[in-house]
Amino acid sequence: MAPELTRSSGRRARPSAPDVPAPAGPERLLAGVGADGRMVTLRDHEVRWGALPAWPGSSFLDELDRSGVRGQGGAWFPLAAKWRSLRPTRIKGPVVVANGAEGEPASGKDRLLVHQLPHLVLDGAAVAARTLGASQVFVHVHADAVATMERAIAERRQHGLDPVEAVVVVASDRYLAGQESAVVNTISGQRPATPSFTRIRTVRDQGVAGRPTLVQNVESLAHVALIARFGAEWFRSIGTAESPGTSLLTVTGRWAEPRIVEVPLGVPMGHFLGLGAGNAPGVQGVLLGGYGGGWLTPAQALAMPMTEEEARRHGSSLGAGVLALLPSDVCSLSEVSRVVRYMEGQGAGQCGPCINGLDGLARSLEALAYKPGSLRGGVPLILATCDLVEGRGACAHPDGVARFVRTALSVFGDHAQLHLQRGPCHGGNHPFLPVPRASGRASRSRGPR
Amino acid sequence: MSAYRASRYSLVIDPIACDGHGVCAELFPEGIQLDPWGFPIIEKGRIPIQLLDHAQRAVTSCPRLALSLVERG
Repeated sequence: MAPELTRSSGRRARPSAPDVPAPAGPERLLAGVGADGRMVTLRDHEVRWGALPAWPGSSFLDELDRSGVRGQGGAWFPLAAKWRSLRPTRIKGPVVVANGAEGEPASGKDRLLVHQLPHLVLDGAAVAARTLGASQVFVHVHADAVATMERAIAERRQHGLDPVEAVVVVASDRYLAGQESAVVNTISGQRPATPSFTRIRTVRDQGVAGRPTLVQNVESLAHVALIARFGAEWFRSIGTAESPGTSLLTVTGRWAEPRIVEVPLGVPMGHFLGLGAGNAPGVQGVLLGGYGGGWLTPAQALAMPMTEEEARRHGSSLGAGVLALLPSDVCSLSEVSRVVRYMEGQGAGQCGPCINGLDGLARSLEALAYKPGSLRGGVPLILATCDLVEGRGACAHPDGVARFVRTALSVFGDHAQLHLQRGPCHGGNHPFLPVPRASGRASRSRGPR
Repeated sequence: MSAYRASRYSLVIDPIACDGHGVCAELFPEGIQLDPWGFPIIEKGRIPIQLLDHAQRAVTSCPRLALSLVERG
């Protein structure tokens, strides 16, 4: 779609910023959270942020490009490049999906956004819909957020805010619910939804009803809502050149409830945890990203600048922004085996290497944790199985598990040797990482005939 | 290495469709191995021109139509 030009000068019209101050500190999205923890109404939303400026046609794409904002759902792909890759045809207008159905059990940021800041998310979806000329907008959230979202959409309808009204779709509670092609399948009515094979044709080519589809995480859309108001330059005033802006993280440790913090990208973890760059007392390892992310030693973690590139350099990923500090008094191997068994059960049951490989990994890790004497092939076989599942599923589920296991065996390698030499330890009775009770498997395991 | 000039094609497998029949690995052992569970592991990269017809045979013989030859720009 060609950008619309203003009549007189031929230069793109740039709407003026709203008459409210842009947030100056590192708390941007969180600066709009109400004190009572309830949904921020449209009225309060507009008092806080001002009205959403109307960028004409696709003129916002260049601003998005300049902002350098990257997707916060786990892939960290530049938003502008993703939006530009949608090629709508005349008969098939694109579809925009706001995805707020993170499956990471240890992450709570999407939940906070859809429950408390739905208008920031819907603003972002509206900007995407306008920019891409979308004919349909969906909001994909867990069942407990449906009422809030519908209330927010009704408020917007009253004021005639959105050119295309968003339709709420209920996500399943499985780990893969938020996977891009699974989201498209959920909207298309598949229950329970599983990922599709998208290596030849992605959902951006052919998604909901065969239309080019943008599936965008709700945090990314919330950032878009602020970029549309305060501009790319403001957005880039925090963070690094490659990873500008801020990110929401869910921090879990030995203290009470997990908390959600907003941090400038590129800042070392020790800074915002208030721990400096030394060591974290009472912590034996730090899980970054989520159950599809990876482990770091406390020293590595505290010194690591928060960017996806740095995380990958450590064999991990920022993923869905999980930061879990594993206390020293639990058995790391029992934690790892519990999570891997959960991830095995959360697989879609569609791809042979994932079905067989993840079960093999879970068995080996259970042996290592509870019956080290019975472990066949030792740690080398576990690592070889990681290599064997990586890149061989339709989605990245096996890749995430491989990353989780590999980094665990590196960070907790000494503890694994202790188990192998002296038998299981007694730290396995205090589960730390949250593992939901498994919902039913999507389908049964398959093997070759 | 003119003897092994790369074509513009590589093999892509749809792991959802694949049932692990293994016929592809028999017809194109130069580019496809089976894992311990009997599912094909595809060699990465472009297929040498000399082996394209073997690859093509594997593609057409897959009972699940899970293999494709894809042109890489």
